[in-house]
Amino acid sequence: MTIDLKTVKHISKLARISLDEKKAEKLATDMNSIFEFIEKLNELNTDNVEPLTSIAETTLRFRDDKITSENIREKILKNSPETNDDFFVVPKVVE
Amino acid sequence: MSEITSLTLYELIKNIKEKKISSNEAAKSFVDRAEKSKKINVYVTENFENCLKLSKEFDDKPNFDLKLPGIPIAVKDLFCTNEVRTTAGSNILNNFVPTYESTVTQNIWNEGGILLGKLNCDEFAMGSSNETSFFGNVQNPIAEDLVPGGSSGGSSAALAANLTPVTIGTDTGGSIRQPASFTGTVGLKPTYGSCSRYGIVAFASSLDQAGPMSKDVKDSSILLEVISSFDKKDSTSIDFKRNNYSSELTRNIKGLKIGIPKEYRVDGMPDEIEKLWKKGIEYAKDCGAEIIDISLPHTSYALPTYYIVAPAEASSNLARYDGVKYGLRSSGKNLIDMYEKTRSEGFGEEVKRRVMIGTYVLSSGYYDAYYLKAQKVRQLIKQDFDQAYNKVDAILTPSTPSSAFKIGEKSNDPVSMYLNDIFTVPVNLAGLPGISIPAGVDKNNYPLGLQIIGKPFDEQTVLNIAYSMEEKINYKNNITDWWMK
Repeated sequence: MTIDLKTVKHISKLARISLDEKKAEKLATDMNSIFEFIEKLNELNTDNVEPLTSIAETTLRFRDDKITSENIREKILKNSPETNDDFFVVPKVVE
Repeated sequence: MSEITSLTLYELIKNIKEKKISSNEAAKSFVDRAEKSKKINVYVTENFENCLKLSKEFDDKPNFDLKLPGIPIAVKDLFCTNEVRTTAGSNILNNFVPTYESTVTQNIWNEGGILLGKLNCDEFAMGSSNETSFFGNVQNPIAEDLVPGGSSGGSSAALAANLTPVTIGTDTGGSIRQPASFTGTVGLKPTYGSCSRYGIVAFASSLDQAGPMSKDVKDSSILLEVISSFDKKDSTSIDFKRNNYSSELTRNIKGLKIGIPKEYRVDGMPDEIEKLWKKGIEYAKDCGAEIIDISLPHTSYALPTYYIVAPAEASSNLARYDGVKYGLRSSGKNLIDMYEKTRSEGFGEEVKRRVMIGTYVLSSGYYDAYYLKAQKVRQLIKQDFDQAYNKVDAILTPSTPSSAFKIGEKSNDPVSMYLNDIFTVPVNLAGLPGISIPAGVDKNNYPLGLQIIGKPFDEQTVLNIAYSMEEKINYKNNITDWWMK
């Protein structure tokens, strides 16, 4: 199977990473060599194997629905590239 | 007495407790040496002023009951440190100053450790040579223009160059053990769930684990004791009884069964690695261990599995970098354009490559063929180890298929770079503890490491075997301080 330029561009849209033509071509080459290497897994029959989703073998713990940290609005906003009062600012979304 | 900076952690603690060295003297020594060692580029962010101040405060009011009394320690820049910039080696976090502390680093400060600074690493811990860092290459103190390994390359280099008594790294596919092997130092990846992931910049959540890096095995046992803890803030943290690893450390490993997996004898493995492994087997026998041949039949599928699972989890974890809440923002003509430009300018090539692979294997129509398939093979890899551990207590392998390579040698070929982790990746996939200890040198006098893999939660046996073999191997790094000349 090969990954063509069209697929790379589609994936870059999904990943929200803009790519110019040259970078897209380079990525297509890299991805093809990586997937060639990954295809080895198809040698194995895994029909009756349970997928391993968590190595920890524990069930997720429940916790009480309680607030553990308060008044941290300032801290949360501190690292934002752009804020206005108590809000994050983003480019206009609604026309 | 030898120089303060060349002492092991154990020796430094002893000297501080006996009041032969003050915390401030120790801090000054490490800061002075760092000022003369800029060329190897281990620091992304220095915390020297603050470290000197805090060490003085410690000396004014010392508490010698702590496990790391007034010890200056530099850490990988993947751990969030309150009010100290944390970049994960990425441009996208270039200006990020956390407002909270990771549990692992908090555990270190609680025991008296003092932050020296933040150490360089591959961007988001994705790399095996420290060459993907936005903040530039790190030089291996062993020789000029040699990579220090990765992703914890700043950590391994700082340790080998005597710029920190111990350090912590993170290991997703070998990022502690491979750089330890490349620099003649010790690196331990604990069992998944031992050390909290809270406050560690996430790469692949089902594989990431923090661990100690040190000059010898005893120091790793001391640091593991401090950083391993159950933490409610990490949903995959495991509540098990943790040993006092350093006080239970013993060289008596008589009768322990150590497995030698035949599948680790890979095609094209250099002769000197094979020889090192054989020598390691003899050392283990000398220590009283029983050697047993074992099989881990799915070993060759570990790397392809890893290169589906890790990028898939990374693409999901890195979706948070959108230029809104923190980190870099590039301007765009609308919201989507802003996202796309921010991520394009903020991420480096290797990170983009992995996010793209991850997005692809999780995308509609491909999930079953790739991600689900990889999770099934991961199960088979784990079962291999489960079966082996019915027969043996631990497993001995080489740490890496080669010694450290030159800067630039592999950076254009992602697959050849990935092959570096061939012996370390299965351990992460199965969630097991593994340590790399220096065991010899190659024809260029570059260090080579051996890896000891243990049963889940059995770090003590791993440490004991390493401690026992370390004495027999008697490895000494020959660092000439070439970067100061």
